[in-house]
Amino acid sequence: MVTEPVDDIAAPGTLIRRHGLVTRIWHWVNAVAIFVLLGSGLGISNAHPRLYWGRYGANFDHAWLQLPRFPAWITIPASYNLAISRRWHLFFALVLGFGLLAYMIGSLLNRHFRRDLTLRRTELTRRHLWADFRAHLNFRFHDPERPRDYNIFQKLSYIVVLFVMLPLVILTGIALSPGMDAAWPWVLDVLGGRQSARSVHFMMATLIGLFTIVHLVLVILAGAGNEVRSMITGRWRVPAE
Amino acid sequence: MIRPDFSRRSLLAGGAGLLLAGCDRVIQIPAARKILFAGEDMQRGLHRALQNRGALAPEFTPAQMSPVFRSNGTRDPNTPAYKAMVANRFADWRLAVGGLVDRPLSLSLADLRALPNRSQITRHDCVEGWSAIGQWTGPMLGNVLKAAGVRESARYVVFTCADLYGGAPYYESIDMIDAFHPQTILAWAMNGRPLDIPHGAPVRLRVERQLGYKHAKYLMRIDAVASLDGIGKGKGGFWEDTVDYDWYAGI
Repeated sequence: MVTEPVDDIAAPGTLIRRHGLVTRIWHWVNAVAIFVLLGSGLGISNAHPRLYWGRYGANFDHAWLQLPRFPAWITIPASYNLAISRRWHLFFALVLGFGLLAYMIGSLLNRHFRRDLTLRRTELTRRHLWADFRAHLNFRFHDPERPRDYNIFQKLSYIVVLFVMLPLVILTGIALSPGMDAAWPWVLDVLGGRQSARSVHFMMATLIGLFTIVHLVLVILAGAGNEVRSMITGRWRVPAE
Repeated sequence: MIRPDFSRRSLLAGGAGLLLAGCDRVIQIPAARKILFAGEDMQRGLHRALQNRGALAPEFTPAQMSPVFRSNGTRDPNTPAYKAMVANRFADWRLAVGGLVDRPLSLSLADLRALPNRSQITRHDCVEGWSAIGQWTGPMLGNVLKAAGVRESARYVVFTCADLYGGAPYYESIDMIDAFHPQTILAWAMNGRPLDIPHGAPVRLRVERQLGYKHAKYLMRIDAVASLDGIGKGKGGFWEDTVDYDWYAGI
């Protein structure tokens, strides 16, 4: 940190420290968890592919959405097996939940949130947003004057994923558990009933899946080798202009 | 510039497919399976730590009940013995309470109705994902076990049913925490009427902090036991034995 003050402009081609240890460990643990949870979740969905609003919901009730049957290549396990999908899902739900908790505590302690995710007023001006949008269209994803920083769309999407989607997918997951409903009845009150929670759980999972796809595409466009290395060793090479 | 990107992209998609298939390989490894299945014990430990022993499942008002309460699993045991019981409206039905008890009991429907009864409007959650809200009435299982003089050495309660799967009766089991939970009742009425055949006549278990398959229908026997070994395949229930459903179904 002392050798690389944040505000120094690193010249293109130099290696800089990009991602802290906590971020890197959590990223990969969470990548596995998200992958397993989405695959096993689609397997569980196949057991009753109807979504409802409210406290109850079954075959005779109105479903607001009838989901397709998810094919074998996208579910865990490939052949329909609710028990095994649940085993995967409920184990990795713990990895997701406690992993996020540990990452959040770590990121407060190592100031990752404050340093990298704090929004500056100037970033939110229409001019800056438009300029950054055009930069994205030109496949340039960093500010040459602040190459270490996340760009504004990165910040906003990470904030939404970290503080809205992931907490909400966990909270709605908790609401699906009859045991946890007895322990924490307020969760159901907040979410408006178990079947509403199930619908929101599915919507959050969909958004997390879409985020993951966009994330992977952007990693490729930004230079997969450099980006993946920075998430393993922490070192990222400032791209040439 | 573009070509390597495309190959990377297809590599990524192919990689995801391999990873999914990899999960099916991983679970074949006994050690990995054991770790994954230990998730059940972790979830149960967490729930028991976060729940008070008597923490109640949410209860609802009559206006919040499902218009139609779906039935599931066995909809009619349809065995000669069960048909005979239906024919005389369960007058000869007796619930045997035995195992690790000082006073084995044989209870008729009238006996159960004569005990202090509890009515509760609760949500039934199927493992498949649907929920239905209905009203259940019956005596607390804990009171029945106390009347039978359940022994200290009992750790589980096993429920044996009239419906057969492959010739053997459906069975389920719960621990003593759930057995003595105030909402754990032997329901003989649903929505204010005697329990019908699709929902488990004459009596079914309600264990409100767990999923539907634990709520054994068509009850015939209740046994207090020290261990689940030697009962069925030893995993504590028909679905647990057959397809590896979790024994602890609080999630």
